[in-house]
Amino acid sequence: MSDASPTLRAWLTAEVTTSARQARIQSFYYGWLRLRANPLALIGLLILLGLVVVAICAPLIAPVGPNDQDLMRRLAPPSGVHWFGTDELGRDVFARVVYGSRITLYISFLVAIIAAPIGLAVGTTAGYFGGWTDTVLMRINDIFLSFPGLILALGFVAALGSGIENAVIAIALTAWPPIARLARAETLTIRASDYIAAVRIQGASSARIILRHIVPMCVPSVVVRITLNMAGIILTAAGLGFLGLGAQPPLPEWGAMLSTGRQYMLGAWWIAAMPGLAILLTSLAFNLFGDGLRDVLDPRSE
Amino acid sequence: MAARDTTAAPKAADAGLAPAARWLKLAGRQVGSVLVTLLGLLALTFFMGRMLPIDPVIAIIGEQAEQSTYDMVYAQLGLDKPLYVQFALFIRDMMTGEFGNALFTGNRVADDLRRVFPATIELASVSIIIGIGLGVPFGMLAAVYRGSMLDHVARFIGLLGYSSPNFWLGLMGLILFYATLGWVGGPGRLDVMFLDMVPSRTGLILVDSLLAGEPDVFWDAFSHIVLPASILGYSSMAYISRMTRSFMLEQLGQEYIVAARVKGMSRWQVVWRHAFRNILVQLVTVIALAYAFLLEGAVLTETVFAWPGFGRYLTSGLLAGDMNAVLACVLIIGIIFVGLNLFSDLLYRMLDPRTR
Repeated sequence: MSDASPTLRAWLTAEVTTSARQARIQSFYYGWLRLRANPLALIGLLILLGLVVVAICAPLIAPVGPNDQDLMRRLAPPSGVHWFGTDELGRDVFARVVYGSRITLYISFLVAIIAAPIGLAVGTTAGYFGGWTDTVLMRINDIFLSFPGLILALGFVAALGSGIENAVIAIALTAWPPIARLARAETLTIRASDYIAAVRIQGASSARIILRHIVPMCVPSVVVRITLNMAGIILTAAGLGFLGLGAQPPLPEWGAMLSTGRQYMLGAWWIAAMPGLAILLTSLAFNLFGDGLRDVLDPRSE
Repeated sequence: MAARDTTAAPKAADAGLAPAARWLKLAGRQVGSVLVTLLGLLALTFFMGRMLPIDPVIAIIGEQAEQSTYDMVYAQLGLDKPLYVQFALFIRDMMTGEFGNALFTGNRVADDLRRVFPATIELASVSIIIGIGLGVPFGMLAAVYRGSMLDHVARFIGLLGYSSPNFWLGLMGLILFYATLGWVGGPGRLDVMFLDMVPSRTGLILVDSLLAGEPDVFWDAFSHIVLPASILGYSSMAYISRMTRSFMLEQLGQEYIVAARVKGMSRWQVVWRHAFRNILVQLVTVIALAYAFLLEGAVLTETVFAWPGFGRYLTSGLLAGDMNAVLACVLIIGIIFVGLNLFSDLLYRMLDPRTR
């Protein structure tokens, strides 16, 4: 941003804004400045962007396909040809890890777009209406929260059957309650505001108030929350894969790769080590970025 | 949690009748809400059992059975009754600890659980000791030397703990410390030669071996538990140190700390005599939660270390498609979670005068 022309900078930092759009872009700009000042968050963001690039360009980055077998070179240690070595079928571990990023991003993206709307809907409804609606919805929420995530996901996968789609559903079912709780808390602070009263007097329906005036206010904190929870979601997905309940072989899912690598771990440590490192790096990146994002978006930090 | 603006906690709490009655009322409401939650847990597990794509009858008798056998078992399982009757029967069974038979072990689930639970309790207890022993000092130091190198290092170690898949750490630990260096025992609770050498009194081998006066068995058990417990303890250390740091920072920002410093107390005197005492209650609740999370972490860690505990029982049941075992395990973990939450809540109310 340092090379931005002075007029753009002036427009971005003007004390008096002339349009709502300018005000919104300004708040983004200031947020970005604050995020930029946090090196750890920036590192997290860079890793995540790198991961997206790797996932999109997987065929260009991986030297061979994820399932190309070379039975003459089974269990080869890391070398110049096979950076991460090869597995029990002579498949290139590097290629599999690269392609695995697609599955991880796919799972986390799906979980986020399933869990966030459910959480937002339940939380804002409970918070806005209060009373019995609130009691019932939050009681259901508490029941889901009273199970640890992985155990609940295990139970659902056991009932639904293993597979990547069922793993996504199971994880999403465990991921919405914290978001609902957060959205409710936000709604409770907004509910009594003057501007809500003003909209209500104008005759807006409850649905309109919630959707157009409360949900947008909750979105920033929900985004942060999802980002922070993403690390846990990725670990849960990998754990399900490791137990053989998530993505099934030969899909190059990192957790599933770990579990096959486990059988060969004494002779060929790299089969288990490399996908695990990838999981660690991804969830670390989400944690770092989420922490930074929280500092930027949390209004109390100002 | 609401009253944060109070300075030092008032020491003497008036033990009159009115507060006691109020406390009882609060506790009553708490118990009521716990009962509702438990009912919900039961409903959820019941629902899970009914979502099962496998026909529970065929799971028991196999596909070749006669239609008459099928109908008999169908009726025996109560599947011909209305859903609410089935749910009532389910609740009755669960409340009396009648979880049915585990098909993959051939035993009653209740007996199996009694056998595997001590192994997990032992693992989780050693882990929480490691987690507290490292996490509390780390968090305190990080808070006292806020912004220093030490703070950053502690924070980064904590973040790594949050971010690493503990089953992967377990595998790497086994490769490095067991297979390569030979410093620790391998998978399982004991070497084969020590199996069944000490009579089981508590089910905790570390305790049993000491009671029986068998130091060899104790050291063998210790060498087997130290790696899985360290790895589990690491994740709870991350959680405990993070919470300790933030509680501590909150206290250190209070005016009474400044007052005590101005009065002439040293930094660490203030930390131990004032700040630490004030975070103790919060810390206990965090530790209770950390212990509950250990049970969750144990599922994967036990699989890696072939630890014959609760988590491995659950995953074996899952892989065998044995819903009796799975539902019992899920339900019990849920109950433990609710119980620990209730416990920490009540403890908070009892120990912290500000919540009265």
